[in-house]
Amino acid sequence: MRTTEQSVGEALQSPATAGGGPALTLPASHEEVYAAMTVQELPGAGASYRPTPPPAWRPRTDAAPLLPDPEPYRVLGTPAAEKLDPDLMRRCYAELVRGRRYNAQATALTRQGRLAVYPSTVGQEACEIAAALVLSEQDWLFPSYRDTLAAVARGLDPVQALTLLRGDWHTGYDPRETRIAPLCTPLATQLPHAVGVAHAARLRGDDVVALAMVGDGGTSEGDFHEALNFAAVWQAPVVFLVQNNGFAISVPLAKQTAAPTLAHKAVGYGMPGRLVDGNDVAAVHEVLAEAVHRARSGGGPTLVEAITYRMDAHTNADDATRYREDDEVAAWREHDPVDLLERELTARGILDEAGIQAAKDAAETMAAALRERMNADPVLDPMDLFTHVYAEQTDRLREQAAMLRAELDAEAQA
Amino acid sequence: MTTVAVKPATMAQALGRALRDSMAEDPTVHVMGEDVGTLGGVFRITDGLTKEFGEDRCTDTPLAEAGILGTAVGMAMYGLRPVVEMQFDAFAYPAFEQLISHVARMRNRTRGAMPLPITIRVPYGGGIGGVEHHSDSSEAYYTATPGLHVVTPATVEDAYGLLRASIASDDPVVFLEPKRLYWSKAEWNPAAPTAVPGIGKALVRRAGTSATLITYGPSLPVCLEAAEAAREEGWDLEVVDLRSLVPFDEETVVASVRRTGRAVVVHEANGFGGPGAEIAARVTERCFHHLEAPVLRVTGFDIPYPPPMLEKHHLPGVDRILDTVARLQWEN
Repeated sequence: MRTTEQSVGEALQSPATAGGGPALTLPASHEEVYAAMTVQELPGAGASYRPTPPPAWRPRTDAAPLLPDPEPYRVLGTPAAEKLDPDLMRRCYAELVRGRRYNAQATALTRQGRLAVYPSTVGQEACEIAAALVLSEQDWLFPSYRDTLAAVARGLDPVQALTLLRGDWHTGYDPRETRIAPLCTPLATQLPHAVGVAHAARLRGDDVVALAMVGDGGTSEGDFHEALNFAAVWQAPVVFLVQNNGFAISVPLAKQTAAPTLAHKAVGYGMPGRLVDGNDVAAVHEVLAEAVHRARSGGGPTLVEAITYRMDAHTNADDATRYREDDEVAAWREHDPVDLLERELTARGILDEAGIQAAKDAAETMAAALRERMNADPVLDPMDLFTHVYAEQTDRLREQAAMLRAELDAEAQA
Repeated sequence: MTTVAVKPATMAQALGRALRDSMAEDPTVHVMGEDVGTLGGVFRITDGLTKEFGEDRCTDTPLAEAGILGTAVGMAMYGLRPVVEMQFDAFAYPAFEQLISHVARMRNRTRGAMPLPITIRVPYGGGIGGVEHHSDSSEAYYTATPGLHVVTPATVEDAYGLLRASIASDDPVVFLEPKRLYWSKAEWNPAAPTAVPGIGKALVRRAGTSATLITYGPSLPVCLEAAEAAREEGWDLEVVDLRSLVPFDEETVVASVRRTGRAVVVHEANGFGGPGAEIAARVTERCFHHLEAPVLRVTGFDIPYPPPMLEKHHLPGVDRILDTVARLQWEN
């Protein structure tokens, strides 16, 4: 910490580095102002009163470079699309089509009673896919309960991804092995975990980035604030992806925040904010890839706000007609992430009819396999309820387990 | 000439030594919290750790308890063994969502794939003249949450041993430090600390035949004092120190009450829904035919923690314990 004994002039000569933050660059005008206020040089100043900034104050990070894009960054339909990577975009397209089909299949499974609930990401597939594809093998993904598609796009078995929502266990996979944290239901509470993983990896000298996903409603939670604050103070290699899909169940963004954009919140923590068109997979991928690269190279965290829309209701149990108008949904249908990419790629000759058909076929194959596997009843052992509460069962749990065992045995004999 | 090998040490020193030894032995142990670095903690428990192990191992965090525990969860997910300091009992409440929704459940949620070896140190209890929010006995919140161990030492030796055991545990441990006893002293040799005890074993601190006082943490010295005073009344009281509320060492407690036939549970926490309610119920279930009287309790009143100038009326004291012992139907 810089002490109050130092003059502002001295502080400016040795840019702030406290907390490992970015080197200080102040606009020249500020420098001139404060240099002029360096008390020792002030001619004719009275011996007893020398006006200075408040003693403990010192210039910190310049806010200007942290400010988000003035409008959502786009690639598709803009001149930037000329530089698209054809292989990456074909992969994105195949994943988008598969993701759309996955969403439809999962919602169908709720109607068949095979899933207890499904929060759909129809309309948000570009964010889900891009989040998965920007990560390297050793990186960690922190999904919310809505982000099973991101986990699947990362390579997780869809049946494992849907275990929580089927209701046979709370997490269907090994988070360490997959480097996919358990789907998180309490909003934003997984964000500090992402910071902790990234911080621990950095302490150990490992090349690991954590990408954490949260919705617009989640940004109102205290854990969102605390996670961003810790990440910035520790310069942890984390990327926060906010999918602003317009609604927190029924509550629109206007009732959630008075911030200029959610991306602006980054500035308050001293990290850069980015604003991106969440339905433009090329743009989301590019912005996230930059943020991941920045984190990996020691540049600290980034907050990305992706503007998108939840085309379906909150879950299959929700009725979206109670809180939004059809014409709003129709307008977003014209800005569909799959269509946007398909139009761009076919116009540029990157994708042809055969490619489109191949993506559809692959998606159907996935859906058929998912349907078939989810139609099998999971095999459950009620005694598992007591197995993983503690490393070693307490006497009390042993007693309760014995009670359940006896009940099960009696049931089997009846 | 005799050499003095064993010097009096305080509970605070023993706790600090336990942290130091755990950090020296295991490079994955990280201490984090508010003011734990340069200052050494407001109770000086972490004094010298940053100097010895560096800021990465003993870290001053931003002032945000949910953030402290939430990031500790992530660090444990990655394989570290965080020891988190909550500055005071009542300052730990912002971390409850992380504690209850994640810390306590992660092993279970992942079917054992991702245990969280986190120790959460919480100075607790009253009797230090603290103003509001500095004297809560919050143990019932923790014991009501499956997946947590809840440990509390009452002696200098246990402060060292139980903290070492808690840090070594692969399960999350809420480690409740009776702040009133931080400056209590005992002969204890930090150079040759005693063996680390297992978590979940109660101890009979004073053998007796007339009745059993079941207690823990800050109330242990009070109970021992009451037991001494009770000799004048002709009662020979046994005192059991639980040392850990979860797991609860039912066998030691039950064996004692079956011997004495009478029991009083003593703790500072509020009576309704407090640990004493559960203990009294279990003792009654398992010792019914040995009991000469109902199991009684001496607890804090069911009120918000009182202002410091009134706390002496709230805290279980020797007289209230003896009055309660007197109600154990001796005329039978």
